Amino acid sequence: MAHTHSTTHDDHHDQPEAGIKRWLFATNHKDIGTMYLVFSLVMFFVGGAMAMVIRAELFQPGLQLVDPALFNQMTTNHALVMIFGAVMPAFVGLANWMIPLQIGAPDMALPRMNNFSFWLLPFAFTILLSTFLVPGGAAAGGWTMYPPLALQGGNSFPMLIFAIHLMGISSIMGAINVIVTIMNMRTPGMTLLKMPIFCWTWLITAYLLIAVMPVLAGAVTMLLMDHFFKTSFFNAAGGGDPLMFEHIFWFFGHPEVYIMILPAFGIVSEILPTFSRKPLFGATSMIYATASIGFLSFIVWGHHMFADGMPMAAQMFFMMSTMLIAVPTGVKVFNWTATMWRGSLSFEPPMLFAIGFLFMFTIGGFSGVMLAIVPADFQYNNSYFVVAHFHYVLVPGAVFAIMGAVYYWLPKWTGHMYNMTLAKTHFWLSTIFVNVLFFPQHFLGLAGMPRRVPDYAVQFSDWNMVSSIGGFGFGLVQILFAIVVIQCIRGGKKASAEVWDGARPIGLEWTVASPAPYHSFTTPPELLPADTHRS
Amino acid sequence: MKLNVTGLSMLGFAGRAAANTSNGYNLPMGVTDLSHEIYDLHMMVFWICVAIAVVVFGAMIYSLLRFRRSQGAVADTAMVHSTKVEIVWTVIPVIILVIMAVPAAETILKIEDTRGSELSVRVTGYQWKWQYQYMNAADGISYFSTLSEDSNFARQLRSGIDPKSVPNYLLSVDKPFVVPSGTKVRLLLTSQDVIHAWWVPDFGTKRDAIPGFINELWFNVPLGKEGTYRGQCAALCGRDHGYMPIVVEVVSPDNFKKWVEEQKADLKQAAAADAAPVKTAQLLK
Repeated sequence: MAHTHSTTHDDHHDQPEAGIKRWLFATNHKDIGTMYLVFSLVMFFVGGAMAMVIRAELFQPGLQLVDPALFNQMTTNHALVMIFGAVMPAFVGLANWMIPLQIGAPDMALPRMNNFSFWLLPFAFTILLSTFLVPGGAAAGGWTMYPPLALQGGNSFPMLIFAIHLMGISSIMGAINVIVTIMNMRTPGMTLLKMPIFCWTWLITAYLLIAVMPVLAGAVTMLLMDHFFKTSFFNAAGGGDPLMFEHIFWFFGHPEVYIMILPAFGIVSEILPTFSRKPLFGATSMIYATASIGFLSFIVWGHHMFADGMPMAAQMFFMMSTMLIAVPTGVKVFNWTATMWRGSLSFEPPMLFAIGFLFMFTIGGFSGVMLAIVPADFQYNNSYFVVAHFHYVLVPGAVFAIMGAVYYWLPKWTGHMYNMTLAKTHFWLSTIFVNVLFFPQHFLGLAGMPRRVPDYAVQFSDWNMVSSIGGFGFGLVQILFAIVVIQCIRGGKKASAEVWDGARPIGLEWTVASPAPYHSFTTPPELLPADTHRS
Repeated sequence: MKLNVTGLSMLGFAGRAAANTSNGYNLPMGVTDLSHEIYDLHMMVFWICVAIAVVVFGAMIYSLLRFRRSQGAVADTAMVHSTKVEIVWTVIPVIILVIMAVPAAETILKIEDTRGSELSVRVTGYQWKWQYQYMNAADGISYFSTLSEDSNFARQLRSGIDPKSVPNYLLSVDKPFVVPSGTKVRLLLTSQDVIHAWWVPDFGTKRDAIPGFINELWFNVPLGKEGTYRGQCAALCGRDHGYMPIVVEVVSPDNFKKWVEEQKADLKQAAAADAAPVKTAQLLK
């Protein structure tokens, strides 16, 4: 960069505290971001181990390894761990690290709350995972917790609800922090429309979180009341309505889907321009598209419930509103493609993951449009087609974006370049195996295999075996990711402030040294035209 | 109460070999008008998606091949925005979506039109079996349908039985659900415990069975399409969710009449047997 920002500071408190206190009492956004990311990686492997059990049992027809009850515990907790433990904390970790650096703020606005919101998570997940040890085992009614089935849970039931409350409180606090930081701590001159797109997508995500996490909390509290205090919110025999839970749950659940993908959109919108050496195409319309997706996410929940028996008018409404989401999502995909068009592309690991995201998220988008077609949904609903759909948007979608983000900013965090060959190997093997894993699940669902079953009719054997092989491969390959990250933390070629020298990445985060000093932007930096996508 | 459903074969109208119109990787075309319509919708949307994919992925792949820095591509940094292009790629998807939504809406109207049904059956989900209670001409016939014994033995943890050796593993029941062909059959779905879902892919139908609710669903298997059709519970309903299959035996209207008469005769016999001891007791008085 042609200019420098004053980031050094001869303050005595510049160095982190020694030992465990640094982490327990952390108020530094970088330390908290690191903790979130490490926690997320650990949970990714815990949830992944459960997925391995699932795919091992489904390797061939018949029941070889686990009892159906344990199988259901695996599917239920795999989802809870991956959603609330892996994907969401990873995004909060990235927000912690990058939002202050991108907007030129010294830290998050509410550092102590930041500490609290992180430290709730290890407790929440200790409670959740310890349910495997209680009589009756862990929750087995699906992560959607539909009553009356969820109410049949044993000792794990109140623990599950308490854990979800903790996760929800953590998410809400994280979201408040993001909003307050972005709204108040942007460096002078950084108007909202000049703000980096990752911050934009996170700002919208934070509003979604604040809107829907309390709804989930309300839903699970009503479950708790039904179970222990003899209320009948969802108990038909007492005049309650089991369907009402589904409505409330999916009013949370659908925006939740976008909570897990909007920050991914932001990440891809940061990476693609850098390695295309060209500004993001239609940056302003990207922001509007994100906002419209955020709004539409509140009025499409019914598409999860077409097969529940819904008035015809409601079926029509939810079909149309769901299909409408394809429009802003399409705009995003077209804008990303146009960003690469007439660019000067190079294929560093973050770019590979962003391109992988672009292709495979779009495949998930196509199956999403198909699922919106109500009559066809009566066939797809609750089949493996749905499993294939949401894993395409969540694994090569959200998870690939997170990994791309880590590969993009890791040198900024550690000050070292990582092993590019190993990272590229990680990408290619992940891409091959993720498709071997999830693509055949489209076939299984269309051919009639329901989801959440521990065993299946023999005509589903072949594709299940293929899918399991892909699953084991994908699981194993992720060890490479851990190796690359750990190696990079320990050492490696020194990274420059700009990190991607040939690509000239845009944004304030590239104006600070690598590794980013423990305290950065203690005075607001000057925002030069070169530091923003928009002039 | 003995209900001789498996005795159908003795009457000589057993279903043909299991109908399964899926080729193993695509949606079954199915046997009803609705399932055909749904299949056509599915294929239409699929091909539209393929066409879009060819264009979009084509543009992406072209960019990846053509605009490589390693081959000397220079970025056109002025290309940042084009209102015209952006309007075009907003409007075109809207048009495509309308094209998909119109036939879909028409099919919804047909699916939801349960008027004029000729046979109604109340279907109740239990953990983990189905109950079929007939109404109309077959009033009084009622029975449970559970996973067949051979599948049940084979499906136990480490049973040592090869599932491939079990006919219709996990998709066969002790007493199939018998319905006439050429008849609009309406199911009234509910549940006695948790939420289940009744799904027979070849009929193009799926609907949840929810405690406290009665959901409607209809199908009409045309004459000449008699046979055995199989499906499964499609909503997680607990430990044995994977083990409550649905088997529908579609028979001709004449054979259905015979079956109903036979069932009713059995019912009468059973009732008489129940009543008999009472009569003896009265005589003794």
